[in-house]
Amino acid sequence: MAAMMDNQLKPGMTSRRRFLKASSAVLGGLVVGAWLPPLTPKSAAAEAVAQGKVSLGDSFSNGFGAFVRVGHDGRVSLISPKAEMGQGIQTGIAMMVAEELEVGLDQIDIQEAPPNAELYTDALLQFQATGGSTSTRYTWEPLRRAGASARMLLIRAAASVWEADPNLCHARDGKVFGPAGQKISYGDLVDLAATYSLPDDVPLKRPEDFRLIGTPATRLDTPTKVNGQAKFTIDLDMPDMLITSARACPVYGGKVRHVDDKAARSVPGVRDIVILEDVVAVTATNTWACFQGLKALNVEWDYGTNSKIDSAVVDQKLQDAIQRDGVIATEKGAIDASLQAANSKFEAVYVQPFLSHSPLEPMSCVAHVRDDGCDLWVGTQVPGFAQQTAAAVTGLKPEQVKVHNQWIGGAFGRRLDFDFITQAVRIASKVSYPVKLTWSREEDMTHDLYRPQYADRMTAAINDDGFPVGWQHRIAGGSIFARYVGSLPASGVDPDAVEVAVDPIYKLDSLKVHFIREEPEVVPVSWWRGVGVLRSTFAVECFVDELAHNAGIDPMAYRKTLLAHKPRVLAALNVLASKGAWDSPLPPGRGRGLAVGEVFGSVVVSMVELSAIGEKGVRIERLVTVVDCGLVINPTSVKAQMEGGTLFGLSAALFNEIDIKDGQVQQENFHAYRQLRISEAPPVEVHIVPSAEAPGGVGEAGTALIGPALLNAVNATFGDRVRRLPLVRSGYFIT
Amino acid sequence: MLILKVNDTTHQVDVPGDMPLLWVLRDILKLTGTKFGCGIAQCGACTVHLDGKPVRSCVLPVQSVSGHEITTIEGVSEKPLARQVQRAWLDHEVAQCGYCQSGQIMSAVALLNDQAPVNDHAINLAMAGNLCRCATYTRIRAAIREVSESVGVWQP
Repeated sequence: MAAMMDNQLKPGMTSRRRFLKASSAVLGGLVVGAWLPPLTPKSAAAEAVAQGKVSLGDSFSNGFGAFVRVGHDGRVSLISPKAEMGQGIQTGIAMMVAEELEVGLDQIDIQEAPPNAELYTDALLQFQATGGSTSTRYTWEPLRRAGASARMLLIRAAASVWEADPNLCHARDGKVFGPAGQKISYGDLVDLAATYSLPDDVPLKRPEDFRLIGTPATRLDTPTKVNGQAKFTIDLDMPDMLITSARACPVYGGKVRHVDDKAARSVPGVRDIVILEDVVAVTATNTWACFQGLKALNVEWDYGTNSKIDSAVVDQKLQDAIQRDGVIATEKGAIDASLQAANSKFEAVYVQPFLSHSPLEPMSCVAHVRDDGCDLWVGTQVPGFAQQTAAAVTGLKPEQVKVHNQWIGGAFGRRLDFDFITQAVRIASKVSYPVKLTWSREEDMTHDLYRPQYADRMTAAINDDGFPVGWQHRIAGGSIFARYVGSLPASGVDPDAVEVAVDPIYKLDSLKVHFIREEPEVVPVSWWRGVGVLRSTFAVECFVDELAHNAGIDPMAYRKTLLAHKPRVLAALNVLASKGAWDSPLPPGRGRGLAVGEVFGSVVVSMVELSAIGEKGVRIERLVTVVDCGLVINPTSVKAQMEGGTLFGLSAALFNEIDIKDGQVQQENFHAYRQLRISEAPPVEVHIVPSAEAPGGVGEAGTALIGPALLNAVNATFGDRVRRLPLVRSGYFIT
Repeated sequence: MLILKVNDTTHQVDVPGDMPLLWVLRDILKLTGTKFGCGIAQCGACTVHLDGKPVRSCVLPVQSVSGHEITTIEGVSEKPLARQVQRAWLDHEVAQCGYCQSGQIMSAVALLNDQAPVNDHAINLAMAGNLCRCATYTRIRAAIREVSESVGVWQP
């Protein structure tokens, strides 16, 4: 995801301006907070939080610092600014804090950060969110600094007790050790330590001194995820709570015209029928009654103008758009002259489909709206937006809305949106009791916000050696950025849609990138795992592969020639060549495809090896991924993310496409929107390149590379250049 | 009133006979370890054991299982083989978001309970009904293989 607000701080600025503050105005513990300079006018809630006077949720009733709090029992509370949705981030952050604070991972308890733009804004995203593979990259400095600051204060307190030189004391395993063999545990030091101001100079450990960072750590959240005890939003129960489920107009933008609720009211367990402008909802004592009640509602809809739109209409609009020039996103060198002068030119158009997120936990949110406030229990990637939307719906002040963030049963970008939270609050506003909104799978799949369909037209001027002098890259599709933020930046360019395209890794003398906004209108568009990086990488990596084949040059060797200025990428390619045996001869009917990128601060190379089974049968023989993600926090999580991310992307590249007929999404459940199963999932070989560079993101890296690697392998295996996803659309099947 | 035997405890439940077992477990008995994913037996998140065999509780009318032994992830966690499977799940760091893993573990325990030979093909047959959107399949396979080897049923 590109930065959200271009009029605010640039990434990196906050780290220089950041300062730390200790507050002793809390009850019974040392509080260390890394306060960010205000990006927005201070809200009353932020003020309260900063002063530690008011609780913003039950778990915070003792007051809290921004990130770290040490209690009298020596346990460390880590306030995680990042939501856990399976990526292992909360364990990664705990490792950063534990490393500097000198405690064991088992001494750390994790709490979810409440909405607070001042404290928890991610400087890379420029708002409080979990997404865009920024979590490790952003927290790397402030969270270690919070841990180190707390350690320094605790050492100072111990030294004061012993009248010793703090420089001769050290901390380990939650205790401070003195020069004469003294030791005292953190819990006994917190009252004294909390009276000190935080040190101005907070040196961080050198990587060679790390004890925890870089070692494979067991995740803190997994033990309850294997015995059924873990609670997701959908599992929550509150006193007097009823279940609610909703059906929005099947056509986006349509309205409710008339409802006959007689049959629904007779379903045992149904309590209330809630009719909103565009949504009907039922509340009931259990989910089954709720679903049955919804089905029994006889609704007459006003479908509106979108009901005339089919996939073919969207397709045609994009085909037309890609012929236009739109807005120029970047121009380097003289591509127009190069194209005119070139003896050889090559052009290709690539198409990517609408995609649903379809996390296994359907959209869910517990909402309780009262006259004096609102509580939300919901797994969200954007707690601040959750708070704001509830305030907007209810007319309450933002600080009257408490957001209790939850573990998320898969998101992949879906819970960067808060439409379902808005809906839950709208329903909860009409009743006197808390409701748990649970969407059916059908509602979830047909009322997603979809990864847009895109068309990319790439036109290269080729020199006599077969290499591109430069290329023109036209990108047409809906703008996620404009939908999410409200409008495009003044440039008229969606920064997410052109990411990677405006700064390709290859050495080109000239480059021109156009963004042609063509809104599908019929469905809203949103972030999907891999975001803009995945979008453009697909086109660029397929195109470069085509250029290599046109030149009769091995695709690996061809890329290396264009990447001589990128030593880190070359090194990763060399690892892949070796681990993937790129140069080894293949039997007939087999082929290998490659894709490479600098994505989310990491370098990734992916290889797919296929066998042809008959004319259209595809057997995946090998998936090999090499990642240089800089300094690794938890190698287990890096490997898991690369494996899962690769297969997640593979599943979509093979099978997935959302179709629209009469304005309605046609895929309703997993029988029609099939996903990779274990019987079809090849092992993913992940190789991590040792690196001392700053940590890069890995949550979306594997997903971004697998699509082009797959299509390049199809070409190598079948001699068929497929330029449109998903692969099954071209008649192939997996065997 | 229906009589249900869940995790060795007998319950009387006052629900319509066509209510799927899943919702009785989750909403009436408050056993939320069994998950809702699709409602049409496509994803396997709702897998429980009926007399020891894996079934999709989201399409099983509760009246059809009265009198049978029902075991959920909460109940199976008391049994040694399941504990071994859960240990292997943690050792292999299988779970990502974790939402599907109750169902995955129920299917894996059912496979191993059979004491029949286990190999990659058997894993495919037993586990193909359980979707994982985080795609933790490589690790699921490794975890099942490890337990199969340790209980002596792995036959490649």
